[in-house]
Amino acid sequence: MADQALRKAPLAGRHGGSSGARVTPADPATRLALRAGPDAIGTLSLAFGLELPQRPKTSASVSGRHALWLGPDEWLLIDENGADLMGIASGVSALHSATDVSHRNTAILVSGPDAAAAIAAACPLDLGKSVFPVGAAARTVLGKIEIVLLRTGEEDYRVECWRSFSSYAFGMLVEGAEDAGL
Amino acid sequence: MSGANRIAGQGRLTPAKTARFTFDGKTIDALVGDTVASALLANGVHLVGRSFKYHRPRGILSAGPEEPNALIDVSRDAARRQPNVRAPVQEVFDGMKVESQNRFPSLAFDIGGINNLLSPFFAAGFYYKTFMWPKAAWEKVYEPFIRKAAGLGVSPTEEDPDHYANRYAHCDVLVAGAGVAGLSAALAAAEAGARVILVDEQPEVGGALHFDTSVKIDGQSGYDWAQATAAKLKAMENVTVLTRTTAFGYYNHNFVGLVERVTDHLPKPDKKLPRERLWQVRAKRVILATGSIERHMVFANNDRPGIMLASAARTYLNHFGVAVGRKVGVYTANDSAYEAAFDLKRAGVTIAAIVDNRDKPGDAVLTEARRLGIEVLTGHSVIDTKGKLRVSSMSVARNGGGSARSIAIDALLMSAGWTPSVHLFSQSRGKVAYDAATGRFLPGTYAQDCLSVGSCNGTDGLQATIEESLAAGELMARATGNEGGNKLELSGENAFEWTGGMAGAAEGAGIDTTVKAFVDFQNDVCAKDIRLAVREGMHSIEHIKRFTTNGMATDQGKLSNIHGLAIASEVLNREIPKIGLTTFRAPYTPVTFGALISHSRGDLFDPARKTPMHAWEEAHGAVFEDVGNWKRAWYYPRSGETMHDAVNRECRTVRNAAGLFDASTLGKIEVVGPDAAEFLNLMYTNAWDTLKPGRCRYGIMLREDGFVYDDGVVGRLAEDRFHVTTTTGGAPRVMNHMEDYLQTEFPHLKVWLTSTTEQWAVIAVQGPKAREILEPLVEGIDISNEAFPHMSVREGKICGVPTRLFRMSFTGEAGYEVNVPADYGQAIWEAIWARAEPLGACAYGTETMHVLRAEKGYIIVGQDTDGTVTPYDASLGWAVSKKKTDFVGIRGLKRPDLVKEGRKQLVGLLTKDPNVVLEEGAQIVADPNEPKPMKMLGHVTSSYWSENCGRSIAMALVAGGQARLGQTLYVPMPDRTIAVEVSEMVFVDKEGGRLNG
Repeated sequence: MADQALRKAPLAGRHGGSSGARVTPADPATRLALRAGPDAIGTLSLAFGLELPQRPKTSASVSGRHALWLGPDEWLLIDENGADLMGIASGVSALHSATDVSHRNTAILVSGPDAAAAIAAACPLDLGKSVFPVGAAARTVLGKIEIVLLRTGEEDYRVECWRSFSSYAFGMLVEGAEDAGL
Repeated sequence: MSGANRIAGQGRLTPAKTARFTFDGKTIDALVGDTVASALLANGVHLVGRSFKYHRPRGILSAGPEEPNALIDVSRDAARRQPNVRAPVQEVFDGMKVESQNRFPSLAFDIGGINNLLSPFFAAGFYYKTFMWPKAAWEKVYEPFIRKAAGLGVSPTEEDPDHYANRYAHCDVLVAGAGVAGLSAALAAAEAGARVILVDEQPEVGGALHFDTSVKIDGQSGYDWAQATAAKLKAMENVTVLTRTTAFGYYNHNFVGLVERVTDHLPKPDKKLPRERLWQVRAKRVILATGSIERHMVFANNDRPGIMLASAARTYLNHFGVAVGRKVGVYTANDSAYEAAFDLKRAGVTIAAIVDNRDKPGDAVLTEARRLGIEVLTGHSVIDTKGKLRVSSMSVARNGGGSARSIAIDALLMSAGWTPSVHLFSQSRGKVAYDAATGRFLPGTYAQDCLSVGSCNGTDGLQATIEESLAAGELMARATGNEGGNKLELSGENAFEWTGGMAGAAEGAGIDTTVKAFVDFQNDVCAKDIRLAVREGMHSIEHIKRFTTNGMATDQGKLSNIHGLAIASEVLNREIPKIGLTTFRAPYTPVTFGALISHSRGDLFDPARKTPMHAWEEAHGAVFEDVGNWKRAWYYPRSGETMHDAVNRECRTVRNAAGLFDASTLGKIEVVGPDAAEFLNLMYTNAWDTLKPGRCRYGIMLREDGFVYDDGVVGRLAEDRFHVTTTTGGAPRVMNHMEDYLQTEFPHLKVWLTSTTEQWAVIAVQGPKAREILEPLVEGIDISNEAFPHMSVREGKICGVPTRLFRMSFTGEAGYEVNVPADYGQAIWEAIWARAEPLGACAYGTETMHVLRAEKGYIIVGQDTDGTVTPYDASLGWAVSKKKTDFVGIRGLKRPDLVKEGRKQLVGLLTKDPNVVLEEGAQIVADPNEPKPMKMLGHVTSSYWSENCGRSIAMALVAGGQARLGQTLYVPMPDRTIAVEVSEMVFVDKEGGRLNG
């Protein structure tokens, strides 16, 4: 898109962490706050090309597109390839609500053997393998702010937060990563 | 040399590893692994501090965190200084500086010692009785005096240069205490596969095995077994072993606070290391293996330096290799003290005598004492001691009277038995039960998923402790779904089973005596003080505690509680459980503020929310103000301008040319669904079904009680999609308010809410040249006045970027609010600025925004309203639909008080002297000569210098305000009374021509 040159991501240029837990701003992505009742789940899943998860703390991912369960009728959709999620939603006639939140959120990637410990500096959630396995997702807190946490790999996490809180989140994760690496 | 009292071949420290520190300026040679207490004792230093109230010389009483006497000030440098550190828990490091406290001019000669001589005047309850009258003296005389006198230690004045860390952790089984019991329990749980956290406050695991060298477990010495077991546990993937870590607080749902001391023992800590790390652990099950604490004997002058707990002397000998004296007396009511005498005797120390106040001690210890040639005086008591700065003799007499015999000693070891450490159990809201047979409070009714094992559970005997702990570990692991491992077996043997124990005052300190027999060393409470409290009518332990301050020092009565209870029980002639035990509170031992704050300092103290245009604003000299967590551009001073100058210029420029304003912080909520209009009809006073797509409306939201809650412009983007804006500060609560009603009152409506505050950067372009600025940049939207009148919204593009363009105004000028996806905010702002600046526009901040809106009489919810203002009071009655049959607040608005005459109403105020600017918050009266208290008619809510009007303007809430238009009222100030005229609220462009131009 021609307008990419005009974009300024909130965490542009930030980096940090430790050898055990790297903390990196994620690339821009498109995001959708999706709300719908049970009747629409099938149609919407078909349209988005992934099965909208229906159990708490779960997600579904297909080639860079993720659907995170946030509530019984609420999902956060993220497309790392920048697909036009609003466009897809507008083609679905089943009753739902789709709101573009691509710029509301930004994401921080935490990776490495100490990634969970880094996040645990400020997140009270149990990140143990059996409780929060790869693919697990939750809306939770990091220090004083709200985040959405997605475990993308054994040692990889994606921390989504609102853009004006991202500097705080980044600083907290960097401190956590430094302490976890000691 | 690491001290003359260090005995070769004794203890576990390595003689070659030395460390050197200073105590009150004097160099002390120590070994790595020493505590300040052990190092001082090794060097023959017993006098360590002065007591709190009487300034009596005090020494080292214990070898653990229960220490009430030896409180010291420890520093690394000027900024890294901590007062009130307990000498037996502070490890030494090279270069540390230790100072004694509570003495002047020196430890050995302390002027405050006069209090000891004046002690008859400082009886229990002294403060309560003395400082009662006159009342006025409290603030100026008594309180400063008490604070000064009460201060133990001095807090550092420099900012703490260290950093602290926090870690949340989860486990199946948390084990508090790593003695025999804790290690056994942790091992059993870990072998079964449970996620285990084992925590102990000491530098190494082992607990009582530090001193009890008679214990053997599976053939190994107890201490070695403990270290080997800890090593085994540390190697397991499912186990975390934390030493130098105190479980200080047991909260709801098995949430336990731990503080790990990371660098306090290191001479030159790596700067990356946090000084302390707070662990906040959520455990499925908790096993308390917190052991027990030895009690002192309560007898006359039992507080001289050199008098200490028997187990402490054993720790100093067996772990640190230090003999606490050369001629040592023992005074006991319990067998355990005998073993201290045996160990010292075998190490070559003379035991002057064991004075046992029981007639029949345990046979085994008695036999061993005889075998070692130690004199044992059964049925005898120590009734007094002598020695100014260190004990020099003890007076021993047969119980029940008779002449006293003085025995020369240089240390006296005492034991009245062991108090189970039920602190954490009590913190967990568990109820203790009194075991009359053994005179102990033990865990009774559990309130949480936890178990106590070992001596904190009253379990006597090594093998019984091991078996109980292994079983508990396995049980807790199974209870949390772990099925691995085999049943573990361990066999333990020790030399002696301990019997005996007593609580309360001993011989010579009984009911009719006035001797100083200390119960609580840290707060200087004697047995006689507790009796006095009872005589003065305190019959509950809670009252006795507060009257005497027994157990109220930082040690929380770890030594004194049981003695205090027993003494009260004797005077009251009531059983101990009838008097009750005080509740233990977190923290178990003091916790630094640094650890509790951990990461939340500096930039991480609180999130600083910045808009997408923040960097531009900063670069253009904006001064920022805090609005909630947001940093908002307040005004943009040019060189040489005061705030007043800058705001005047900005105000003029906006009305004469145009201005750019960052409105990104406004709350935004996307309301989507077929019932969106119906939902908004219920949430706002206005009608929304009549609003056509592409148009906007100013909406007022009420609470159920009819008072204004929030306001904002709402744009309808489509039949089923609204873009709602809220005040900056109101954004989260308005969202919650709407979600709350949607879920609980209107769940039948098909509508969803999404916060989009941060999706959009908002650039307000306001002023007569606003259209000229924007026109060439906007694509796909006809922004001519005809096609795009005031209160319209369109979707299109600006500079190639998608936009939601609003035609709206909070200045009274023709204006636009350009919404673009936030990442584009700065670029689009810069593009607009590039056109705006040559046309004479300026960037303006929140102060100018406030002035401009006040010139037009636009209210700010929360400034001009205060939660008691209806739309009618605010002259916003036009925004309340007369046709709707329901909306939140419709019934509230009809309450008699809300419709009666004379309510406070928002009006304008013009000072008679146009140059006087009123103070916001100032009160308004009708008659300035009325005697006080005057009748207040209301107060000034907004007040500014208006450059555009060439005079001051103000808004105010005034009783019956609308009926007072044209009246003169008065604003009394401390230095003068200001006359004002009540006016309409609109001061500029009353006809609204500019708005629609």
